[in-house]
Amino acid sequence: MDSSNSGTALYRVMVRIRAFENAAEAASQGGVSAYGQQAAGAAKVRGPLHLSTGQEAVPAGVCAHLRASDYLTSTHRGHGHTLAKGADLARMMCELFGKASGFNGGKGGSMHIADFSVGMLGANGVVAAGLPIAVGAAHAQKLLKAAPGRSQAALPPPGGGHGLPGPGGSGANNDITVCFFGDGAINRGPFLEALNWARVYDLPVLFVCEDNRWSATTASGPMTAGEGASARAASMDIAATQVDGNDVFAVHETAARLVAEVRSGGGPRLLHALTYRVKGHVSVDLAAYRDPAELAAALETDPIARARGHLLAAGVGAATLDAIENAARDEVDTALAIADAAPWPEPGAAFTDVQTVGAGQWY
Amino acid sequence: MMMKDLSYSEAAVLALQHEMQADARVVVLGEDVGRGGIFGQYKGLQQAFGAERVIDAPISEAAIMGAGVGMALAGLRPVVEMRVVDFALCGMDELVNQAAKNRFMFGGQGRVPLVARMPGGIWDASAAQHSQSLEAWFAHLPGVVVVSPSTPQDNYSLLRAALQCGDPVVYIEHKTLWGLRGEVNEDLAVPLGKARRVREGHALTLVSWSKQMQACAEACDALAAEGIAVDLIDLRTLWPWDRETVLASCARTRRLLVVHEAVQVAGFGAEIAASAAEATGCRVARLGAPRIPVGYAPVLEAQSRVGPEAIAAAARKLLG
Repeated sequence: MDSSNSGTALYRVMVRIRAFENAAEAASQGGVSAYGQQAAGAAKVRGPLHLSTGQEAVPAGVCAHLRASDYLTSTHRGHGHTLAKGADLARMMCELFGKASGFNGGKGGSMHIADFSVGMLGANGVVAAGLPIAVGAAHAQKLLKAAPGRSQAALPPPGGGHGLPGPGGSGANNDITVCFFGDGAINRGPFLEALNWARVYDLPVLFVCEDNRWSATTASGPMTAGEGASARAASMDIAATQVDGNDVFAVHETAARLVAEVRSGGGPRLLHALTYRVKGHVSVDLAAYRDPAELAAALETDPIARARGHLLAAGVGAATLDAIENAARDEVDTALAIADAAPWPEPGAAFTDVQTVGAGQWY
Repeated sequence: MMMKDLSYSEAAVLALQHEMQADARVVVLGEDVGRGGIFGQYKGLQQAFGAERVIDAPISEAAIMGAGVGMALAGLRPVVEMRVVDFALCGMDELVNQAAKNRFMFGGQGRVPLVARMPGGIWDASAAQHSQSLEAWFAHLPGVVVVSPSTPQDNYSLLRAALQCGDPVVYIEHKTLWGLRGEVNEDLAVPLGKARRVREGHALTLVSWSKQMQACAEACDALAAEGIAVDLIDLRTLWPWDRETVLASCARTRRLLVVHEAVQVAGFGAEIAASAAEATGCRVARLGAPRIPVGYAPVLEAQSRVGPEAIAAAARKLLG
């Protein structure tokens, strides 16, 4: 498939993610961070910005097999997942800028980027928090699939009537949930609780561990007993597959099999993708705590460069790939301009969408 | 009018029966729910609605609460069973950072219509980890509704209202009210956020909720014998709380006593007292437990109990 249209499609997804994050990183300069760097001037992207540079092959390869009615939960490092699931790039940039036209109306920012209309249920500021939510969404998918015996009138509209595409929205009724999490998450209880839950109820969920080797500013390896995500999944009778997470074609091929198994009712699966976090924990973290040799070695396996080389070798013209890169940069430039010009939320919006009963007042 | 004599737990079962029949989106998940729940508050529901809708769960509070959030986002209306409020602390990220924040954080894209049942209060001889009253924690949390019914009728009506309201609801039944019997009108709707005036009086306003209503009623009897007529208000919902009813009463009586089973320090009584003082200039007092964990031995446990005598004494002091 590497020379086919889908090969360039995967390349396009990765390149768009890289271009988006490069621009977001530039727009975050001048901000203030808990990690020590401070500078004068106001950053346009404020607060913690967690970049997935170098990890683009994982969402690209996995999400290629998903449709809008499949659900996705994400991590604090969720730009790539959101773009790969089909979210509008300009509205994402608006959200990072905190503008009213962002997906969350400026209430969430980078760390809570989400587009429910394509089933992307949100990036999450708490490590491992997406896992139990994912199994709940998958549990709902299973229950609603089994619901024909119930009164159709009483069944929820797609997405429960609140903007989601909803289980079975495509009519195929075999939608699944994909849950991205990092290697740091496997040391939190909700990881274990969610995997157990998924297996006990045989839910249509694919767990994807993006193993980027770093937990904030601490290397994950010395903090993790045993052999990691795959071994822990195996201990709960969940079939796990390791893959080179910097090889988008390998991720794509492995995910194709796992998604098909989950979609056909085979129960949960885990994909353990070995990749690397090129940047620091947040954009202003220069990762000075890291051995430069480790980073240099990792950059040798950059997923975009590898995919480009692979596609060229397979006969795709350099001009085609250049055009894809230029288009991504143009798209991001347009998004930056849109986000820059977009209005801020009304201050009163801070009082909306809190809750319905006893809603957002001083008392 | 359909009147039934029911216990507090039977009233909850009846409420769930009605809601589950009316709405296929309503599901129950939690430990022991298939056997009816540890207090009988789910009795017969799995037999009636099947194991797919009344879901027995592993001892896994974070997953139960978190799965409830995911189910709600995907279109269901889960009832999330925590056994006791003390154990709900194991699912606190899932409630505080996920359920309560989802709708706002994602700009209204998501809704989390779940009801988290977490029985609270002193459970006889159950010591420090099974007897806590933590309602003030949740009232402090933007994004949730907090309900604490004191009678079978309210447990029936408020549980139905909680399931229909579409917000995340922290639903705190009292661990020792399950056997309390009373008349339940199946047709009676009780809105969230509306208090109930239990007795009318002019001498002072007494506000409480949940199990503590019983001690307050006893104190009112003692005070009535002395010619002191108390305006007794059962708050029923802590968020939103019925400011209108409470403040109108305070404006009339000019004296407010708030009583709760929870520790007095930073309790919800402080919120009501401060609000009443700010709005009406009335004299205020609050009465709760000392800031100690609940002990096991009867004499130690008694130190945490706010009884009718202490309530009556606090009322007399406020009047003096």
